[in-house]
Amino acid sequence: MRGIIAAAGYVPYRRLDRSTISQFLGSGGGRGTRSVASYDEDTTTMGVDAGRVALANAPAGFQPDALWFATVSPAYLDKTNATTIHAALRLEADLALDFGGAARSAVGALRTALVGGGSVMVVSADVRTGQPGSGDEALGGDGSAALIVGDDEDGPVIAEYLGGASATEEFIDRWRVPGDSASGLWEERFGETQYTPLGQSAWKRGLEAAGVGPEGIDHLVVSGLHARVVRSIVGRLGEAKGAVVDDLTSTVGNVGAAQVGLVLTDVLEKAEPGQVIAVLSLADGADVFVFRTTEAIRGYQSARSVADQIAWGAPIGYGKFLAWRNTLSVEGPRRPAPSRISASVSARSREYKYAFVGSRDRSTGALHLPPARISREGDALDDMEPSPMSEIQGTIATFTVDRIAYSPSPPIVFAVVDFDGGGRLPVELCDLDADALQIGDRVELTFRRLFTAEGIHNYFWKARPAR
Amino acid sequence: MGSHGIKDQVAIVGMGCTEFAEHWDKGADDLIIWAANEAFDAAGLDKDGIDAYWYGTAMSGSSGLGIARPLHLTNKPVTRVENMCATGGEALRGAAYAVASGAYDVAMAIGVEKVKDGGYQGLAGAAGRPPSDGTERTLTAAAMYAMCVPAYGKKFGVDDATMREVLAHISWKNHFNGARNHRAQFKKEVTTETICNSPLMAGTLRVFDCSGVADGATSAIVCRAEDAYKYTDKPVFVKALSFVAGNASGNADPDYDYTYFEEIGAAAADAYGQAGITNPRAQIAMSEVHDCFTPAELIIMEELQLCERGTAWKEVLAGTFDLDGDFPINPDGGLKSFGHPVGASGLRKIFECYTQLRGEAPPERTIKTIERGLAMTQDLGGYPGEMVAMVSIWGNQLG
Repeated sequence: MRGIIAAAGYVPYRRLDRSTISQFLGSGGGRGTRSVASYDEDTTTMGVDAGRVALANAPAGFQPDALWFATVSPAYLDKTNATTIHAALRLEADLALDFGGAARSAVGALRTALVGGGSVMVVSADVRTGQPGSGDEALGGDGSAALIVGDDEDGPVIAEYLGGASATEEFIDRWRVPGDSASGLWEERFGETQYTPLGQSAWKRGLEAAGVGPEGIDHLVVSGLHARVVRSIVGRLGEAKGAVVDDLTSTVGNVGAAQVGLVLTDVLEKAEPGQVIAVLSLADGADVFVFRTTEAIRGYQSARSVADQIAWGAPIGYGKFLAWRNTLSVEGPRRPAPSRISASVSARSREYKYAFVGSRDRSTGALHLPPARISREGDALDDMEPSPMSEIQGTIATFTVDRIAYSPSPPIVFAVVDFDGGGRLPVELCDLDADALQIGDRVELTFRRLFTAEGIHNYFWKARPAR
Repeated sequence: MGSHGIKDQVAIVGMGCTEFAEHWDKGADDLIIWAANEAFDAAGLDKDGIDAYWYGTAMSGSSGLGIARPLHLTNKPVTRVENMCATGGEALRGAAYAVASGAYDVAMAIGVEKVKDGGYQGLAGAAGRPPSDGTERTLTAAAMYAMCVPAYGKKFGVDDATMREVLAHISWKNHFNGARNHRAQFKKEVTTETICNSPLMAGTLRVFDCSGVADGATSAIVCRAEDAYKYTDKPVFVKALSFVAGNASGNADPDYDYTYFEEIGAAAADAYGQAGITNPRAQIAMSEVHDCFTPAELIIMEELQLCERGTAWKEVLAGTFDLDGDFPINPDGGLKSFGHPVGASGLRKIFECYTQLRGEAPPERTIKTIERGLAMTQDLGGYPGEMVAMVSIWGNQLG
C-alpha cells in the first residue's frame, strides 16, 4: 500500500482583513481574511515550519529518502532552496530538489511521489502577491504544507493512494515574468472555457483509475487560482458536489502552490477511517488524486493542526502588509544595514545555524548555544555531544524592546530564553504583540530569514510564543 | 604566579584632552595632534622626547601608522591597541608597563575616535568585524543594558517608579557635573523631568539614560616614578592597573541574572590588591566610571565595593555619588556629558583623575574628598554577561 504517511500545514500568524484594503485604497478588498507571511518569512522558512510538523506527525525517528520542494516564489534561483529545508530539518536524505516555477509544480511533485518509490517529503509553499487592490492580492494567502509519501514499510499509511489522472493544455490564463511580484491575468471567462473540459476529462479518468464513483466520495477538494472555474466546475462533478470541503479561502486565502497540500492536510486531520478523498486541481491543466483513509488514521493526530493555526491568527494593518511585501518602502532606523554572511563560516556552523544543534558536555551536562569546544563548566575540551534544540521549548528569563537596532520591521523584541533541560540563548522574538509579553512566558523556536545582504539570505532561528 | 601591579613605579607627567564634540570640521588626525600637543606642553617634551607610543582606537584607524603619520614620528615604535570601550585605558596600561620594565624611559599613550563621519546616529558598530555566519545577536548595547533594569528591580525589591527615579538621578548628576566642564560635549544641566520624558530607546531606557556620541582624543605621557619630577612638579602615580577579559559565559549560562558584572568585580578586587586598598569607599576620593547607560553605573557602584550588593540604588538617591557627596562619581560629567569616542574615553577618565589629583579642577568642580589623595577609573567594553573590564587607581603621593 502506498500513500500518505503524515501531513502538515503551516499558516503564518498574521491575518489581513480584506475590508481594510478598500478602506485604504478606495477599491479592492472583499470579505474575510487572508494569511500574511511575516517580513522574516519566505517560502523556504515556511516550508521548514510545515516540515517540522510533518516529522512530528510521522513515526519517531522517521527519515524520508528524498525531500522535494515546490513554490512559485522561491527565495533563490540557480541555488536549490530544498537544501536549506533539508539542513533545517536535519534530514539524512541523499536527495533534495526544487520543483520550480508554477503552482502546478507542487501538484506534480505530489503526483510523482505517489507513483514513484521510496519515501518522499513533498513540501510546497507560497507567498501570494499582487498589485495593490488586485484580486490576487486580496484572495491570495501565504502558507505551506508538507506531505510524507511512502509505502507501508516506511510507516503506517493514513491515506492510501487509489489512483488519479491528469490533463494538459497550453493556454494563457495567468503569467509572470521572473522577477516580477505580480501576475498578469487574461479575461477569466476565457480560462473557464479551457479549464472546464480539462477538469471534466481528468475527473472522469481519475475516478476510473481509482475504481470509485462520484457517489462514493466523502471529501472533495477543488483547488486552483482561477476562482471562477473552481466554483463553477463543482456542479459538473456529479454526486460528488455535495462532498466539497471548505478550501480555506475565506480565512487563509488561496495559498497557490501550497493549496492542495494545505487543504488536503486539513481534510486528513478531520477524516474518519475508510473515507474517500478526491482532489481536483486546476493549474495549466487538471490533476485528480483519489485517496482512501485507513484504520491508521484513527490514532493519528497532528502536533499542530491547520484548524488550530487558523484560529491563532492575529490581525495586521494593510500598511504594514504592504511594507512587509516591499510594495511600500518604509523608513527604518538609521543604522548600518548588516553585511552579507560568510559562506564558509556558515558551512562550518551548519548544524547550529540551520538545525539549531547545540553541544552538551558529557561529564557535566552543561548545554552550550552556540556549541563550544571547551565547557563553561569544568573546562573539559572536546568532550561534547551534539544536542538538537529546535524542538525544545524555553522560558523567557528577561526581555527588552529595542527601538534603535536595525530591523526590516522595527522595533525588535529580544529575549533571554532558558531552554528546558538546560541552555540559554539571547534570541529575537517574532509573531507576538510585545505589550502582552511577560517574564516567564513560554516560547518555541521557528526558522526565519533574519535579513538579506548582497542577495544572500541569512537564515537562523527566532523564538515565538509557544502555541 | 600572581598579579603584582606596578604601584609607585610609574607616573603620568603630562596629559592632553580635546574638547569632546561633534567635530564636523576635524578628522582623527586633527584630534590626535590636538591631544598630543597638550600633553607635550604639560610635560615640557616634544615628540622626539618620547621613546615609544601606544595608540588606542577601536574604529578610526589601524596599525601604528595611525599616529606615526599625522604626528610625523621618525623611527619610533608605535603599538596599536583595541579592547572595545576599554581601548584608551588599555593603551595607557601598555605604555606604563613599557617604562616599568625599563625598556623605555618615556612613553606616550594616545586614544582617539572619530565616530561622526559615518552618517549614522549612535555608535554604528566596530568596522572590520570578521565575516560571520549571521547567527550573532543583533540587538543594540542599549537593549542589552535595558535588561538590567527589571532584573535589578526584581532581585532587590525596587519598584519600577523608584528604579526610574534612581536612573534619572544618575543621569541628572552626570549632566550637572558636565555643565561645569568646558571640555564636555553637553555642558547643560538637565532636569529629571526632561530625562524621564525623553524618547524611549530600548526597554525602559530613554535618550538621557544613554551616553552621547562625540569625537575626541586624549593622551598621557608616562615615565618611571623616580624621573617624574624632571618633567612636572605634580606627577600622578600609578597605584594599580587591572584588566579582565570575560569569557562571555553570561550569554549561555542560565544562572546569569543581569544584576552584576563579575568581570568588573574581579578587576576591582585585583586593583585593590595591587594598591593595598582595604576600604575603597574611605580610602579613595572619587571614581570615573563607564556610564554608557545609567543602569551600568548603578551596578558598577556595587562591583567597585563602594556599597553593599543591592544597595547602590539607595546610595544614588541619597546623593552619595553626587559632586558634593561622600564619593563623587564622574565629577567630569562622564560619558553622559562627554559622549563616547571609544578609543579616547578611558584616557579621558584618567584625565579627570589627573586634573583633580593635581588640584587643577575649576572651583565649581573641585571635589572635597580629593584630600584622600587617590582616584579611580573604571572601563568596560561589551555587554552584561560578556565584557572586558579595567580598573585603575591613581595617587598624587608616593607610598
